[in-house]
Amino acid sequence: MDFEETAVKARAFSYFRAATIDQALDAHARAGDDARFIAGGQSLVPALSLRLQAPRLLIDITHIAELRGIRREGACLRIGALTRHCEMLSEPLIAEFAPLLHAAAPFVAHPAIRNRGTFGGSVALADPASEFPAMTLALDAEIEIAGSSGSRRVKADDFFVDLFETALQPGELITAIYVPLFKADQRFAFDELARRRGDYALVGCGMLATFTSDRIDDIRISFFSVGNTPTRVKGAEAALIGFGLDAERIAAAQAALESDLAPPENDEVPPAMRLHLARVLLGRLLGRLGEAG
Amino acid sequence: MTAPLTSLDRPNSYIGRSLPRPNAKRLLAGRGRYVSDLRLPRMLYAAFLRSPRAHATIVSINADEARVLEGVHLVATGADLAKICTAWTGTLDHFKGMTSAPQLPLPLDRVVWAGQAVVAVVAESRAIAEDALELIEVDYEDLPAVVDIDVAREAGGPQVNPGSASNICFRSQLDSGTVDDAFAHAAHVVEEEFFFGRHTAVTLEPRAIVADYDPAAGMLTVHHGTQTPYQFQDLYSRHYGIPEARVRVIATDIGGSFGMKLHVYHEDMAVVGLSILLGRPVKYVADRIESFVSDIHAREHRVRARMALDTKGEILAMDVLDLTAIGAFSTYPRTSVVEGNQVIRLIGAPYRFRNYRATLEVIFQNKVQTSQYRAVGHPIACAVTERMVDMAAAKLGLDPFAIRAQNVIADDAYPQTSPTGYRFEALSHQACLKRLHEMMGYDDLRAEQAELRKRGVYRGIGIATFVEITNPSPAFYGVGGARISSQDGAIVSLTPSGEVRCLISVTEQGQGTEAIISQIVADQLGLAQEHVKVITGDTEVTPHGGATWACRGAGIGGETALQATRALKRNILEIAALILQEQPSALDIVDGEVVDAGTRNQRMPIAEIARIAYFRSDTLPPGTQAQLTVSHHFAPQGYPFAFTNGIQGCSLEVDVDTGFIRLLKHFIVEDCGRVINPMLVDEQLRGGIVQGLGAALFEECRYSDTGQLVNGSLADYLVPMPMEMPDILITHVETPTADTELGAKGVGEAGTAAASACVLNAVNDALAPFAATINAIPITPTKVLKALKRF
Ligand SMILES: Cc1cc2nc3c(=O)[nH]c(=O)nc-3n(C[C@H](O)[C@H](O)[C@H](O)COP(=O)(O)OP(=O)(O)OC[C@H]3O[C@@H](n4cnc5c(N)ncnc54)[C@H](O)[C@@H]3O)c2cc1C
Repeated sequence: MDFEETAVKARAFSYFRAATIDQALDAHARAGDDARFIAGGQSLVPALSLRLQAPRLLIDITHIAELRGIRREGACLRIGALTRHCEMLSEPLIAEFAPLLHAAAPFVAHPAIRNRGTFGGSVALADPASEFPAMTLALDAEIEIAGSSGSRRVKADDFFVDLFETALQPGELITAIYVPLFKADQRFAFDELARRRGDYALVGCGMLATFTSDRIDDIRISFFSVGNTPTRVKGAEAALIGFGLDAERIAAAQAALESDLAPPENDEVPPAMRLHLARVLLGRLLGRLGEAG
Repeated sequence: MTAPLTSLDRPNSYIGRSLPRPNAKRLLAGRGRYVSDLRLPRMLYAAFLRSPRAHATIVSINADEARVLEGVHLVATGADLAKICTAWTGTLDHFKGMTSAPQLPLPLDRVVWAGQAVVAVVAESRAIAEDALELIEVDYEDLPAVVDIDVAREAGGPQVNPGSASNICFRSQLDSGTVDDAFAHAAHVVEEEFFFGRHTAVTLEPRAIVADYDPAAGMLTVHHGTQTPYQFQDLYSRHYGIPEARVRVIATDIGGSFGMKLHVYHEDMAVVGLSILLGRPVKYVADRIESFVSDIHAREHRVRARMALDTKGEILAMDVLDLTAIGAFSTYPRTSVVEGNQVIRLIGAPYRFRNYRATLEVIFQNKVQTSQYRAVGHPIACAVTERMVDMAAAKLGLDPFAIRAQNVIADDAYPQTSPTGYRFEALSHQACLKRLHEMMGYDDLRAEQAELRKRGVYRGIGIATFVEITNPSPAFYGVGGARISSQDGAIVSLTPSGEVRCLISVTEQGQGTEAIISQIVADQLGLAQEHVKVITGDTEVTPHGGATWACRGAGIGGETALQATRALKRNILEIAALILQEQPSALDIVDGEVVDAGTRNQRMPIAEIARIAYFRSDTLPPGTQAQLTVSHHFAPQGYPFAFTNGIQGCSLEVDVDTGFIRLLKHFIVEDCGRVINPMLVDEQLRGGIVQGLGAALFEECRYSDTGQLVNGSLADYLVPMPMEMPDILITHVETPTADTELGAKGVGEAGTAAASACVLNAVNDALAPFAATINAIPITPTKVLKALKRF
């Protein structure tokens, strides 16, 4: 097919479809800085069209079978990097063993984008406003990375470094994300405040807690759209661990956000407002977590 | 017992009937012919290098590398195009004293807004043209940018047009009655300052144009996604010196317009020039970012208003100052002052008071131009008026319905002239108020609101009365010297097979113009609607007319079609009478058959008349010349405008912790005179309301202090989406205009006119327990939380 000349505005690039992880890594190594992996293309293609990025080579990873599939592996669910956002909604294994991802998925963009966008792509991009990267923190997930020196696993806590900067080295590929299986004594909650359904949120939050009857033994709370990276709020977590969820504890967790978060300057949403919204959202989610028992 | 017959029960009675648009299926099936899709042989593609500065001198342009890039055919600057295109100035004579600098397709030595096109590249593909843009270097020297309204008004401050005395484009004042006296003796005065954010049309299909100059024929053909092809035919002819008859503008399917696509854009004028320079078709389609920085914006206003009332809540006077900032130029050819002019003339329009003073100041600044966009000026006038009325009601302890019922012009008091000089033929405020009250279940809503408040749930109820300007006469533009027609033309023919073709000057942008014209033609001739073909949007084919702007398609275009069809019917019956040896008055046409007017007995099909007239004229009496094509023009006379009216209501919920607003339900009672197609009218209202709700809660073109648009993408500029939109309930009151046979007025802008005012009132109603008020649109969570002092 001959492209409609008016529609294609990206700089010209070459295209390579990799069949295996090794082929993808090799192609990238040979092209150096001028190559990009492309998965769902839902972030990369707009960047190309806007000429914010102009790589010489696109390496299509969507035909690499090893990056697909969701399966149980020991105490974890292994979620292939190519798992699409829409599969987070439709796959029974996700609903059962990673319900937080299932709960977050409807808030990620719109159906057309969810049909193409991938979990691996979302985590690799590490947009601080994205739902899934933040949820890997709440889930204590591990990111499996393939590179020239072999494969390694990095804890989500160590993965997100700075704005759009992760533990991925140039030319490395996310192959899967490992999520500990959801257990009977756990509860989760997720919500976000977005001006319109499907938009990136002004503030969003997901949490996973382990209870002994009504006492919180452990809780991981992760925010997005609050700074340069997805952000765990350890002060708020500490305010809750070992206690039942009463108004006083919730207020203490909300108060802790002041030091946990440092929202950026923004012409539309001033830092103080974002902090306020984070407190409101945290309060509401903890309320729901309490009711979920 | 059978139900009584209505006019809808006679055959071919299409006026007043909900019928689907004949073109909807074609568009849904992907068979639309949009300019964006058009591809001509030897066609080239234009792209524009845009200014990154809001105000700067162009020191130098170096395009050497771009010129030699493979696939590039032309790099053109302002100077190149100025050689073949004359400058234009966006002023109109009836706006006394207004000024605006002359404009050219591309600037010669100074850029005046960030995003202004500076250099054009024409290449074999858009991608190559974009590659070439990256090779062009422009040296700028910054000039002080005028962004803020206050800065623009400072004496001795920076100037958008260096050397001019001030940044004022136009100033106007209305003063009638005894305003000062009324305020001095008023029992109550309410006062507020309102802020309205800029927003823009965001059409699904961006601006698109293919200019095709044929040097051999000296003929310019422009495929243009516009609502006003005749206006552009005239402008291309005059500014490029090509005889009008050798300029053809074709406007086929258009992916939305909303007034945005009837202005002259620098890129569009440039593309015509590029095609002339190259002798080849040149295409340009704005991308979304370009749309945000170069489509007209609208509604950047700051309004200070006061209202005086007596002890009982009778409105005595209003006093208003409207400051509006319009960008660096006034838009051509309709100017950028019409919006402000309509704001000050429409404020207070539904009400009886006689003492009114308003000052309008239209100000230049270094942003993209503003101009007419759906419901020009109405939403601002309506929001100011209706919020003042609600503030007054609160102050006096009156219900919002009660204070309006007390102050609207009575339905039996027409004709009336407003203090601003508008003449109202007949409006129905009282009837509309009453209907809305019932439709909303107002008393129940109030009871529910009170109940929920006790539980910390804050609902708001808002209503807003409005008046809309439709069916404009030459008083709108013609008197100002603009070659913008307020009349329309139609050519109606009986085809040899007995069908009817109607070529008409009003155009179709998806609102159903072609559908209603075919309904009127079929109804008036006596023919099944599927046997009527309507053709629009080609200056070579359709007669000259105003096309689509303001609200005029049904009211003026519809009347044109009606009168043309009646003339054709007379001609058909004349021939039929000769053949049947009857008097024409003894015959009629029903369902494509000539019948006896009295008995309805069928005499002969009109197809047979067509056959005889076209192929066997020898069998007609000598001297008979059948005229089975009629051309007819209609210009509105009588009232300068056909005003319409209505009232909207809404119910919403404010989350006082997050500042988020959830729209629950929206209501409208609307009076557009004769309703031709209720379904299309309702969809116009729904679409218009959604645009108004977008303005109320979401849409704003935000600028940095340095004049950069900071949210020029659909991720950051929020348009209303279905998930956030409420159900919209609609009813009609019908007060036809007596100025036409058809009696139809306009309806396209009524929804947008009052929706934002309604939401503004409802949000303030919801916040009443907190002594927090909102006086700015759009109403964002930030503004709500600030008003509530939550951060
Ligand atoms: C209109 C719109 C709205 C959106 N709204 C949201 C939203 O609300 N929330 C949200 O989270 N997202 C949103 N997105 C982004 C969407 O979810 C993206 O799909 C996702 O962020 C990236 O996934 P992808 O598979 O499309 O990656 P791509 O666009 O293909 O790639 C993104 C980046 O990741 C790299 N990459 C991709 N896969 C891998 C891998 N396996 N290993 C290493 N690097 C890789 C690519 O090289 C590229 O740099 C939106 C997108 C659009 C267009």
